[in-house]
Amino acid sequence: MNNLVVEKLKARFGESKIEASEFRGEFTLVVPKEIIVEVCRFLKEDDELKFDLLADLCGIDMNTPMKRFGVIYNLYSLKNKQRIRLKSFVEEEDPKLPTVTSVWGTANWHERETFDMFGIVFEGHPDLRRVYMPEEFEYFPLRKDFPLMGIPGSIPLPKK
Amino acid sequence: MPMGISCCAIEMMAFAGPRFDVSRFGSEVFRFSPRQSDVMIVAGTTTYKMAKVVRKIYDQMPDPKWVIAMGVCTSSGGMYRTYSVVQGIDQFLPVDLYVSGCPPRPDNLINALMKLQTMVQKGQSRGGSPNYGGNPGKDKPEPLPAVTG
Repeated sequence: MNNLVVEKLKARFGESKIEASEFRGEFTLVVPKEIIVEVCRFLKEDDELKFDLLADLCGIDMNTPMKRFGVIYNLYSLKNKQRIRLKSFVEEEDPKLPTVTSVWGTANWHERETFDMFGIVFEGHPDLRRVYMPEEFEYFPLRKDFPLMGIPGSIPLPKK
Repeated sequence: MPMGISCCAIEMMAFAGPRFDVSRFGSEVFRFSPRQSDVMIVAGTTTYKMAKVVRKIYDQMPDPKWVIAMGVCTSSGGMYRTYSVVQGIDQFLPVDLYVSGCPPRPDNLINALMKLQTMVQKGQSRGGSPNYGGNPGKDKPEPLPAVTG
């Protein structure tokens, strides 16, 4: 099944675009951000693959000078009972990715959460606001350079 | 005012329920409107985002009013030493009693409530804002007698 996914994607998008690896039975694809929406739509709508459930979408901070931030898409195929993981990396200076809300509606809040925690901007997202932190908060707490206890005074408390 | 924010609220429900039955000690009714309440039991982890809501509800309660900080999360942040949790609600509320435990047993909360009743009876706690108790001419009210027992 995994080989079928790779074959189909390579046939559709080109040999060099898709990077596949397997670690302890978990299958991962690394995809450039430019084609992430097309890859997602292809995986969802292909009659044999049918990855119709976006189980999770989250961010990652690799804390490296190159390709610092990443977005991870965990997909599930209800038809084949098969899981797959997609990854896409972006640079620190330009943390922007196209949104996949047009493919799965679920992605809406997941992308908002990822934006809230990592500051990764999803271009074309219908309503990219913070979810957990207050609207006026200026930092992104799950970035590696954010201190655990936060920045003192960054969130105002009501007066006693 | 049962300000149940997270898991301590379950113990607070047990405290009101038939097994522990707080009504035996002269405090029976949970009111879900701040305007009918005089004690707010803050039960659970208070995040910065929630702090504004807690304060707003506290401000809507009529004087005299008291606050019980139930559990370590409310008292000091507890195990949540992170950016999102207020490290003790006494940073933005005047707290009368702190209840230890994670979560505290319902008996412990009953004990706190009885202690608060004693404090009020002995005049050791006026309740509400520090300026409550009249005396508009004075800047500060008389100091309270020391809490004993």
